[in-house]
Amino acid sequence: MSIDIETAARVAKLARIKVESEDLPALAQSFNDILGFIEQLNEVDVEGVEPMVSVTPMRLKRRTDGVTDGDMQDKVLANAPDAREGFFAVPKVVE
Amino acid sequence: MLDLTYEAPKPKVIAGAKHDWELVIGMEIHAQVASQAKLFSGASTKFGAEPNSNVSFVDAAMPGMLPVINEYCIEQAVRTGLGLKAQINLTSAFDRKNYFYPDLPQGYQISQLYHPLVGEGEVIVDMEPGVARLVRIERIHVEQDAGKSIHDMDPNMSFVDLNRTGVALMEIVSRPDIRGPEEAAAYVVKMRQILRYLGTCDGNMQNGNLRADVNVSICLPGQYEKYMETQDFGHLGTRCEIKNMNSMRFIQQAIDYEAKRQIAIVEAGGNVDQETRLYDPDKGETRSMRSKEEAHDYRYFPCPDLLPLEIEQGWVDDIAASLPELPDEKKARFVKIFGLSEYDASVLTAEVVNAAYFEEVVTAAGDGKLSANWVINELFGRLKKDDCDIADSPVSPTQLAGIIKLIKSDAISGKIAKDLFEIVYSEGGDPEQIVEDRGMKQVTDTGAIETAVDEIIAANPAQVEKAQQNPKLAGWFVGQVMKATGGKANPKAVNELVAAKLGL
Repeated sequence: MSIDIETAARVAKLARIKVESEDLPALAQSFNDILGFIEQLNEVDVEGVEPMVSVTPMRLKRRTDGVTDGDMQDKVLANAPDAREGFFAVPKVVE
Repeated sequence: MLDLTYEAPKPKVIAGAKHDWELVIGMEIHAQVASQAKLFSGASTKFGAEPNSNVSFVDAAMPGMLPVINEYCIEQAVRTGLGLKAQINLTSAFDRKNYFYPDLPQGYQISQLYHPLVGEGEVIVDMEPGVARLVRIERIHVEQDAGKSIHDMDPNMSFVDLNRTGVALMEIVSRPDIRGPEEAAAYVVKMRQILRYLGTCDGNMQNGNLRADVNVSICLPGQYEKYMETQDFGHLGTRCEIKNMNSMRFIQQAIDYEAKRQIAIVEAGGNVDQETRLYDPDKGETRSMRSKEEAHDYRYFPCPDLLPLEIEQGWVDDIAASLPELPDEKKARFVKIFGLSEYDASVLTAEVVNAAYFEEVVTAAGDGKLSANWVINELFGRLKKDDCDIADSPVSPTQLAGIIKLIKSDAISGKIAKDLFEIVYSEGGDPEQIVEDRGMKQVTDTGAIETAVDEIIAANPAQVEKAQQNPKLAGWFVGQVMKATGGKANPKAVNELVAAKLGL
């Protein structure tokens, strides 16, 4: 699989990362280098090997169903560029 | 097991300009898990709190915060799966669904695309007594809800409340087995009923705790049967998804509109585009959500913050052992054990609290049919008049059973029983005591009734003559006797005596 400039631009847009058009060829090349490395991994025969999902043999940590957090509107909103009446205020989004 | 048998309903047929068309509908129901805390944080799920007060730093997606799964939410989803007779996957995993929207601070929703917690199940959708559709469930996965954007508080800004962000949802995905708007609504009703029986979702549609996406396509008669035989979607038309509906009425209207729209396109020689649409209840039409099209590339990948979710069969078995009796079984039992009609059994089992009330009444009073009539017609009717539900009923099951027992023992007539019910409803008290204190007892003493009959016959010789020629007129005498005894005479005894005295 090879990433062209158009695909690189699309991925950047989906990720909301602004990339100047002169930087796109280098970005596409970086993608291709990474994918090339992945393809190299694909050469390894893993037939019959159980996929490893973690480097440590851990069970997913669980919490019990209790309210232990929240109730800190001021802190949650502290970094918001704009907040009004307890809400985040963002430029109008219309569906 | 007690099972009722049923036949499949006929699919809805819509006549186009050129052909008859059938509908094929699949649904995705988003049901909010009933839990105290959110799926991956310890913030509260309570509805109606101050904006952004039920928000932890995990929900607000502050850098470095990590999700820790709420085990009870998983238990609830497993319980739901078991309630839908579904396969439970002991290993499932979470994936990120990536998109940008102001009410999704993470920039992705944690969901389960590749390895859902619950696999295939089924639900029986009741249409009318003896008629039901079996709808297959494809999967249930667990995911985070998004926050809420409010667009009408300011002309230039949208306001965002993250209280709902991260609340656990179950997405229940059906196969395209629903064949008409009424079936679609009935499917949601049945799913809501099962969820409420299980206690895994409160089913409050107004608060958005139960919402549905509806996939609609059209096909020519006969095509659906080919699909069912082969499971090849090629036999069906292109589907459109109508998003985010939380009213049974709108679901039906939207499907109706959407089917007609698709029929018009296809009959004019065009093609239906597969797309996401929104229903506008004010205009009564669906419209394309073009803004979503580009964002449709969700770039799913396994969530690196979460290990696969592994659960043990023993834990699942424990949940299975604790399942309550579900609507289908309860209805079948009411029919078999109490001799109710399927219709009455459906009404009584619609809500688990109603069913429990009825069972208390019938256990104390005996006589299933009579108890059902009184609960459904008198009690429900009266509660509805006051806009109350059973939890607020001023008449307890014991009191209602007391009234029914008085009818059964012939102590009071059915008509007096209604008066008695009204007294118990508005004033309270022990029915037997009230009957005693207020002299409402039915007169079964034939001597007293006989005297009343004799008096009326003696006072109305002309009527006697007419009645002897036309026995139907005997009813007039019965009415007079009932009037004379204040409605307390046993109607059966009066009938017999009147007939005997008139020589009929």
